Parts: sequence; C-alpha cells; structure tokens
Amino acid sequence: MRFSVNWLKKWVDLELGVDELASRLTASGLEVESVHAVAAPCSAVVVAEITHCEEHPNADKLKVCLLDAGEEKPLQVVCGAPNARPGIRVPLARVGAVIGDDFKVSKAKLRGTESFGMACSERELGLSDDHSGLMELPQDAPLGTDIRDYLELDDHSIEVDLTPNRADCLSIRGLAQDVSASCNANLVVPEVQPAKTGISDTIGVTLEHPEDCPRYVGRFIRGIDPVAATPLWMVEALRRSGIRSISATVDATNYVLMELGQPMHAFDLDHLKGDICVRRGRTGESLELLDGKQLEFNEELLAICDASGPVALAGIMGGLATGVTDSTRNILLESAYFNPSTISGKARALGLQTDASHRYERGVDPQGQVRAIERITELLLEIVGGEAGPLVHAVSELHVPAQNSVNLRHARLQRVLGMEIDIEEVTRILERLRLQPDFGDGAWKVTVPSDRFDIAIEEDLIEEIARIHGYDNIPVALPKGELDPGVVPESRVPLQNIQQALCTLGYQEAINYSFTSEELLGRFSLDNHVLPLANALNTDLGVMRTSLLPGLMETLARNLRRQQDRLRFFETGTVFEQQEGLTESWHVAAVACGSPLPEQWGVDSRTLDIFDLKGDLEAMASLRGHTGEIEFRKATSPWLHPGQAAMVCINGADIGWAGSIHPAVLKQMTIKGPVLAFELDVDLLSKREISYTKNISHFPSVRRDLALRVPELVTFAEVKRNVIDLSGDLLINLVLFDLYTGQNVEKGYKSLAIGLILQNVSCTLTDEVVDSLVQKVIQGLEERLDAQLRGL
Amino acid sequence: MESVDQILKQALVAIAACEELSALDELRVQYLGKKGQVTSLLKTLGSMEAELRKEFGQAVNRAKGELAEALSARKRELEDAVLNSRLATESIDVTLPGRGQERGGLHPVTHTSQRINDIFSRLGYDIATGPEVEDDYYNFEALNFSPDHPARAMHDTFYFGDGRLLRTHTSPVQVRVMQQQGAPVRIIAPGRVFRSDSDQTHTPMFHQVEGLLVGETVTMADLKGVLQAFVNAFFETSLAMRFRPSYFPFTEPSAEVDIAWHRGDDKESGWLEILGCGMVHPNVLKSCGIDSEKYIGYAFGMGVERLAMLRYGVADIRQFFENDVRFLRQFH
Repeated sequence: MRFSVNWLKKWVDLELGVDELASRLTASGLEVESVHAVAAPCSAVVVAEITHCEEHPNADKLKVCLLDAGEEKPLQVVCGAPNARPGIRVPLARVGAVIGDDFKVSKAKLRGTESFGMACSERELGLSDDHSGLMELPQDAPLGTDIRDYLELDDHSIEVDLTPNRADCLSIRGLAQDVSASCNANLVVPEVQPAKTGISDTIGVTLEHPEDCPRYVGRFIRGIDPVAATPLWMVEALRRSGIRSISATVDATNYVLMELGQPMHAFDLDHLKGDICVRRGRTGESLELLDGKQLEFNEELLAICDASGPVALAGIMGGLATGVTDSTRNILLESAYFNPSTISGKARALGLQTDASHRYERGVDPQGQVRAIERITELLLEIVGGEAGPLVHAVSELHVPAQNSVNLRHARLQRVLGMEIDIEEVTRILERLRLQPDFGDGAWKVTVPSDRFDIAIEEDLIEEIARIHGYDNIPVALPKGELDPGVVPESRVPLQNIQQALCTLGYQEAINYSFTSEELLGRFSLDNHVLPLANALNTDLGVMRTSLLPGLMETLARNLRRQQDRLRFFETGTVFEQQEGLTESWHVAAVACGSPLPEQWGVDSRTLDIFDLKGDLEAMASLRGHTGEIEFRKATSPWLHPGQAAMVCINGADIGWAGSIHPAVLKQMTIKGPVLAFELDVDLLSKREISYTKNISHFPSVRRDLALRVPELVTFAEVKRNVIDLSGDLLINLVLFDLYTGQNVEKGYKSLAIGLILQNVSCTLTDEVVDSLVQKVIQGLEERLDAQLRGL
Repeated sequence: MESVDQILKQALVAIAACEELSALDELRVQYLGKKGQVTSLLKTLGSMEAELRKEFGQAVNRAKGELAEALSARKRELEDAVLNSRLATESIDVTLPGRGQERGGLHPVTHTSQRINDIFSRLGYDIATGPEVEDDYYNFEALNFSPDHPARAMHDTFYFGDGRLLRTHTSPVQVRVMQQQGAPVRIIAPGRVFRSDSDQTHTPMFHQVEGLLVGETVTMADLKGVLQAFVNAFFETSLAMRFRPSYFPFTEPSAEVDIAWHRGDDKESGWLEILGCGMVHPNVLKSCGIDSEKYIGYAFGMGVERLAMLRYGVADIRQFFENDVRFLRQFH
C-alpha cells in the first residue's frame, strides 16, 4: 500500500517529519518498505505560458519559444519538445534553477540562438518516467508560481507492507485513524453530504445470495461528459499512490478506493439490460472481462448480473461490454460489500488480482458503502458533471457482520505483557483507537468500529495496547522455570555423532532437496513408491525422494564436472515411500569416488574398493558399541554392481545396503567409476545397548595363527561364525591377516590366514588346552566347511 | 711402583686416543681384564713383603680406579658421538605434509542448526521433531488459519492433491507436542520446510527452528528476553534488537524481530529482520486441549539459512543446496 503523506495530512493533524512518521508507522505495525520524495529537488521552476513559438532557424528539431512567467518581459527559450506550442502552460526552469542534485540551468546559446531557461518534462522534474514532451499544466495555473507550491511537491510517497489482518489500513482514512492513535494526533474526517438528486430513475437490485453479498448500493448518474479531464490534484494524488490516471470516471473510482478503502465500479448504463441481480455464477455462463480475458463462470464465483446474465465478476473485475468508455454518457455506480470468504482465493486462482479483490478478500468496512458512493457522486458531479439519481440500497442486515464487543481485563493485560500499564493510559489508547472503552470492575468493555473487524478477542486488544504503547516499552526478562533435565537417552546414538564420525572419516556433508525428478529416481530403479507433488515448481522437483542416493549422485556428478575428482559426500535426511500409507524415515547415506586417501607422498595410490567403504561404515557403526555387530550379506540391487553389493544387517535384520554403483548407471550419468555408496536407516542403525563392564583378564593371552584352505564359495563370515562357535569363551579376538589365491592353492579354493587370540579370565592357558582347542577348531572347520590346514 | 705409573700413563694415552667402542673394550680387557696388565700386577702382591705390599696394593688400586673412570668417560664420549652421528643422518624435513585421511565437514546449515539447538538446550528446551508431509489440519487449521485466510496464500504451499501437503513451517510440531503432552511445554522444533518460491533469497526448501514455551507465568517480556539472549549467544556479541508489531494467525500479539546489522563495508547499521514471534493464540491452545486462561505461551520461528547467511557472509541462499565442495569446505 503506497500513499502520499500530504493526502494523509488532510485526514490527520500531523506535525511530524516524514522520517519520524515512517518510524512510528513501523513501530506500530505498519511496516514501512520505502519512502520516496514525490519529485526531484528543484528550485526556481515556475509556471509559464508559451506565448509564441517558431522554428529554430538553424535546427530542424528545435523551436524558439517566448514564455510568459508573469513578469514584464517574456523569456526566450529554445526547446526541442514536440508538444511545444503557443497557449499551453508548462513548468519553466529559469536561469539559476537547480534540478535534481546538481543540474544547474544557465543561459545558453543553442545553434546561435540564446536561451534563458528550460521548459521541463515530467521526467526532468522527477515526477514520472514520461519524457515524451513538456508537462502541460492546467490553463488556470497561476503564472510565475513556483511549481513546488503549485503541485505541492514537498511531499513523500510511503510504501507500507501491510499484514493481512490490517485491511482497515488499505485506505487513507484507515491509515489516518491508526496514525491518529500511534502518533497521538487529531483525526479530521471530512464531511460528505448526500448528493442532490437531479433525476429520479433507479434500478432494481436483488441479492440472491445475501451471505455472499449482504449490501449493494447503486446510483445512476446521467449526462456525464465522457472526455472530461481528470483534475491535476487527483492525477497527482493517484500518481503518488502508484495508480495511473485513465479517465475521469475511472480515476474517481480509484480515488475513492484509495481514500476510503471501498472498491467502486461504474457500469455504462446504456449497455446494461434490466435490473441487477447478485448471485452465484452458473456453469456455461461466460464473460469477457475488462482486461480482455474470457471468464467461464461456475457455482464458486459470485456474479453481478443484469437481465442478460453476468456483467461483472463480483469484487474482482467488471465486464468489458458494460465498462466505461470515452463515449459513456450514463453510468450506474456500484458500492457493495462482499463476504471476504466468497472472494478469497478466487482472484489468485484466476490470475486476476486487482486493487478491489485485494481489499475485498481481506475485508472492507461493512458500513462504508453509502459514504463511499456519496463521496464519488460528489467528485463526479464536480468533474464530469451530469445529474445524480437517488440511492438504491439493497441490504440484508442479518448478513452484515455485527460489530464486535470485547472485554479487556487489566490483570490479564499485565499477565500477558509482563508489565503494568496504568488504567488511564490504557483508556486513552482505547479511545484513540475509537474503541469506546467503558471501564469498570478491573476491565474495559469496548465496542469495535465496523472497519476494525480484526479485533474480536481479548488478545487482539492486548496487541492493540502493546503496539500503541510501544513494543519497545515492554521490558526484557528471562522466563523462570524448574530446572528439570528430563531424560537423556543413551540407548540411541545421537545423529550428531553419526554426522561427526562421517566428517572424521573424510566425508563432506551435503543437503539436497527432499523432492527430486522421477526420471532421476528411475535411473536407479528407485521410483516404485513415489509420492508426486500436485503443484511442483518443475518436473525436476516433481516427486518426494525415496532414497538419498540419487541426490548424492547428482551432487557427485556436479562436482566432478567442476574438476573435483576425489569426492566423498554424506547426507542425512528424510525419505518418503508411498505404499498403502506413507513411510517417512530418516536415512544416512554416503558416496565416495577417487583414491581412498587424498594424494600424498609415501603412500601408494590404489583404486577405491568396497572394503574402504566398508571400513568407514564399520568405523561409523562402532558408535553403537559392541552390541549387535554390523554384518554384510551378499545381495543384489538394481543400482549396484551385481558382484559387489551387500545388504547391511544387524542381528539378521536389514538396515540398509552398501556396494559399488552399477557401471550402467554411472555411464548414464557420465561418471567415471568406481563409485562406492551406502544408505542406512538411521533409526535402526542408532539403537544400541548400554555397555555393561566385563572384567579384564590378568592372565596372559596366547595367539595361534592358522592358514586354512577353504572352497572359494565359503565366505569369511561363515568361517568366522564357525570359529567363534567352535572355540567358545576362550576366544577373545579373531583377525584375518591374509587372503590368498594362486600358486600352491588349488583352483576353486582360497587360503585364509587367521589369528586366534585366546585368553582365560581365571588362569594361565596351558599348551595342552590351547592345542586341543585349536585341533577342535580345525577339525570342526574341516567337517563343516571342507577346510584344510595349510603350512603357514 | 714405577711400572704402575708407567702402565697407567700408557693406558691413559691409549684410552684418550681410542676412537672405537670396540677398541676401547679391548683396552679395558688389556688393562683391567682377568689377565690384564693391571690385574696381573695385583697377582704379584702375594710375593711381596708386607710393607711394600700395602703401598703397592694401594697404588695399583688407585691406578685401577683411575683407569676405570677414564674408560667409562671415554666410553660415554664415544657413545655420544655415535648417537650424534646417527641422529645427524636421521634428520628430516618437518615441513613435509602429514599423511592420512582428510577430514570432511558439516554442511553450514547443519552446523548452524546445531548451534541454535545447543543454545536453546542450555536454556532447557527439548528438541522435538515431526513429519515433513503434513495435512491441512496441522499445518493450518490447528494453527488458527481459517480456510480462506489470506495468510494461507502467503505460504505458497506444495500440495499432493489429496489433502496432504509439505509443511510450510515447523509450527505443526507445536500442535503435535501440545496435543501429546499438554502444558507446560518447552521445546524447539528444527527441521526442513517447503514453500513454492525460488530466487536469490528463497529456495523451495529451507530450514526453520521453531520455539515454544507454555507455562503459567510466561510473558511477552520473557519472549523479548529469551530472543535477546539467543541473538547475543548466537552472534557472540550484544546486538541491538527491535520488536515490530506484526501478524501471524497463530500468535497474538505478534512481532517481527530485527537486529541492527552492518551490511558488508557499510559503516552504518540497518535493521534486518531475522525472526517472527508472538504470544500463542488462545485458539491454538484450545485446539490442543490446553486451558488458555491458565496457561500462556510464546512461540518464535527463525530461518536457519538466513542466520547462516548473516553469520558467514553467504550472499545467495541457493549456494547451500548446490553442494559445491569448494563452497562447503569453507566451513568446519
């Protein structure tokens, strides 16, 4: 909402400077976005009339003019404007004038002809961007008058960013009312007299849906001058409010909209057929709107209809056929109240947001229609002439919102704000806000004016008091409370620790959008249970992600394109799977490519493989302590290399997957592999048991190394499980220190070198015990896994 | 007697001239060994007269002691020399780079979010979370947005077409927690939120931290205090703050909070909006089954990216989600 300070000052006695006013507005909840002077600074620019105009002898496009600035002698000025002609009054910057910050007008010789000043365009005065010609002033502009005084240019436009509850401030009147309270200034409400009627004919108005439109006020004006000019003061007032002048009648409706906040519409009476009916639209009905768009009606939309059907989309835009044109002689004025919920959302949905719809969907004063139509009648009769008819006032009082009556308790005010404001001050503020307070028994009973329908409950009044008294005056305290630490659960690994562990392992955290493209998910065959958005920004962000992998792979690809070749990323976040119901779960995923270690001296570089990733995964998982070890189970996933893919499990239950990304997927994304990745469910990963200490043995441990030849298909996990099973409590650790195939190992077999570390808690182990245990292990492995002991 | 002195003199010269530990050991054997020259002298004692024996014995022992000392002193010298020469060969360039894995880092948004969580945890707030796919009830209705509320339009909501939507703020967590546990409540709710908007200062997904405190003696003065304390803690300096009346359907009174902030090289500071807050609207308390006469609450919400942008001088919010490692590695 943009407005002129001078206009506001016609409604409220303000002594404040513009900066002070702006800061008061912001402090009272009407946030000031910007403050602009309505014109460039200028001095010695006066009203002058061109009395004589002839071609410049030495230049095609220049004219030599004589200007009368109300002095004895006319001034000769050379001018290039196409509209320069005798008889028009224009702003003249005289010799010595300064325009803008530093443009000085001096005596000049243009192609041999002397020029004593400069006639100005609107742009030169900083009024608008119009530089098509000289600014033409009204014929009655007094010659010699300083243009700043004549146009009241010592004025500012203030733009306020209004919150949706403050519909009352979408007008000069409403702003003045609020400023009167926040700046403690007197409100001046100009009187509006009912128009004298010169004609007697009226129109019938039927309110078919009074809940949508409980009030419709109309009036004819006949015999207007269709081409009457809008007075300069109105053009300027509108310009300073950000509204372009169109025609006198339209300008007057906009002026009243700005002044009183009541949208107005004027129909060309000669194009209306029969009476007015306000009703819901019907499917099949259509209307060409003022902006040329064709609107198809339905039951959701409210229509203003004549005998032939809809002629306007209520509260939003009129129809083209019944619009006011430069041949319109007779008009019907409309000043209506529409229910905000009827209008709300419609303009946005139709792409037809207008100044009217903006006000109607937030709510206009339900009692303001008559005043507004009287005001516009007054203006129109003065500007375009004609004769006004009597008012038609269709109303369903039952459906007009009632005025609120609200109580405010002094004690509650103090309890909510944490400060005491004395009774006199509260009463004063309430009065300033026109709330008609009635104090008794520790509370005020207030009657809310019809345009402040946002005030409905006690808290609304508390806010009113607080903002007018000043939020700055509320003290600063700290809440008091019981110092209860609650429970700090140790049986879950905090997410932060998982994130930190991955950082330490060399992974950089990434954050990708929760929505992604279905096509991308499809590349990974992760598009089976997607949840699509109905109004996505674009198809690249069309569905909720089912996995963190595709986003991380895109991040990887993007960085590879930017000349980064060794990359490790992780992400934690939600993924969404829509099956019967929606599953929203928290995952952690990582991707890695490039060498296992950063390039460095003294370390042989080699290709990253799944065991590097597995090492990282295990290091991260060690946050869980030693309860329920992480295990890998060979498996396949469409996005993984079929020979290098595993499910990750704890106690036999899958918690995610790990592996090398399928070369076909990499090729599609033009990524040079290998890329290793894992993705786990955080919930399942982070469960842990709280450690319970075991005694440390004081007796020496014994290590025995075995080289075992086992069939190639036997996994290490099987060997390990069986060794543990066969050796019982004495085994405290098992290490694999070599894996060998080739010479001296038969085809179809491999050699595993494992170390068994044995210890007893209560005595020193004897050779006999150790030997027999090792023998038992070897025998057992032989029977179970076809293992053979080899010489080390 | 003379021979003792002679032997001693000879030996000391030999020891001083000795350059090898092994040669020194040979000298030790030569003089002090079982068959050494000095030891041999002692063996002659038995055949001496008592008077002479005493004197001679003392002389030999003295020489023995002197020799032993000279030997060990020389040994120390030689050992030191050996060590020093070894150390000299082992000298390295200490400026060579260290070896091992490089540390990664947290995303600045996560880092910022954790700092915010830490600050409020110190103030006794529990961390609460909720789903990102919400419905109209939790995202709007229970928060006092009427069905046609113009504020809904300001939320640029992503819908799924079946009543569900992506939460536009973390405020639904307020409702879920209050409905679950009733009053009193002291939580913060960090998380991702979504709005259909994209430019230099808006991304369709961003992070918010919402705070809620409901109790019997909560006041707006407390709200001002807690936010001032937060800002001071977060920026590690005392910043001027401004509370401006504003509007949110779920709080009344409502405020937006600005901090005095120096942009870039500007000497003068301007006001910069960093969060919204207010006293919990009684309708919200009611929809959560909390007696709004007995309990009063305050709530606040802030954008994590916005705070990270200010703290770390990030000009374009979209950089956060481009995940360029050269950007991300600038943080820790």
